[in-house]
Amino acid sequence: MKLLYFAWLRARVGCAEEEVALPPQVRDVAGLLDWLRGRSDRHAEALRSLGLIRVAVNQDYVGPAHPVREGDEVALFPPVTGG
Amino acid sequence: MIRLQREDFDVGAELERLTAGNHRIGGVASFIGLVRDMGGSDRVFALTLEHYPGMTERKLAEIEAEARRRWPLDAVLVIHRYGRLKPGDRIVLVATASPHREAALEACHFLIDWLKTDAPFWKSETTSVGERWVEARTEDDAARERWTPPL
Repeated sequence: MKLLYFAWLRARVGCAEEEVALPPQVRDVAGLLDWLRGRSDRHAEALRSLGLIRVAVNQDYVGPAHPVREGDEVALFPPVTGG
Repeated sequence: MIRLQREDFDVGAELERLTAGNHRIGGVASFIGLVRDMGGSDRVFALTLEHYPGMTERKLAEIEAEARRRWPLDAVLVIHRYGRLKPGDRIVLVATASPHREAALEACHFLIDWLKTDAPFWKSETTSVGERWVEARTEDDAARERWTPPL
């Protein structure tokens, strides 16, 4: 699975994207965020406040119960500030 | 039409092109967003915009389609810049054209409100007290909600 990070999430995690092999117990967005927090101290710190994180799966906004699968493109980022 | 670009745009030329050859159009509305020189009480020297290539185009196209569904529009143009900008620089142009003013004005307002909450852009300010990410404003969410029902 391809993970993308934007804005301060990228800065805190320390990379713009990473390829991860999804463990079988991770089935949805909430599970993915939980699992990611265990990957490193940087991930744990970056993903601490879930209220500040938006998630897109295959370029559509989704909620915590949305399923994730191997092969998905999952982007994590703060609330958007364009315009 | 949606365009994402680093370079500036010529508002006059863009509006000219938008209506060229279409004499059904009776009104054009436009919104131009500029970089402010203040962020809160701090001086801003530069604003850096990043976006999510692919998803940004997709969301903007969805928002344009929604505007066209709601109002009778002859033309829609959204140009959004990214990269490093200075105070006074243009960030975004939204322009709508319709036989009558009401549709053009309302659709233009709708497009900029929805763009602000739905298109994946992020701003970072270079200020007198350092570099910092601009936070989303709850007023922007409220502005989006005025245009019910949701997408």
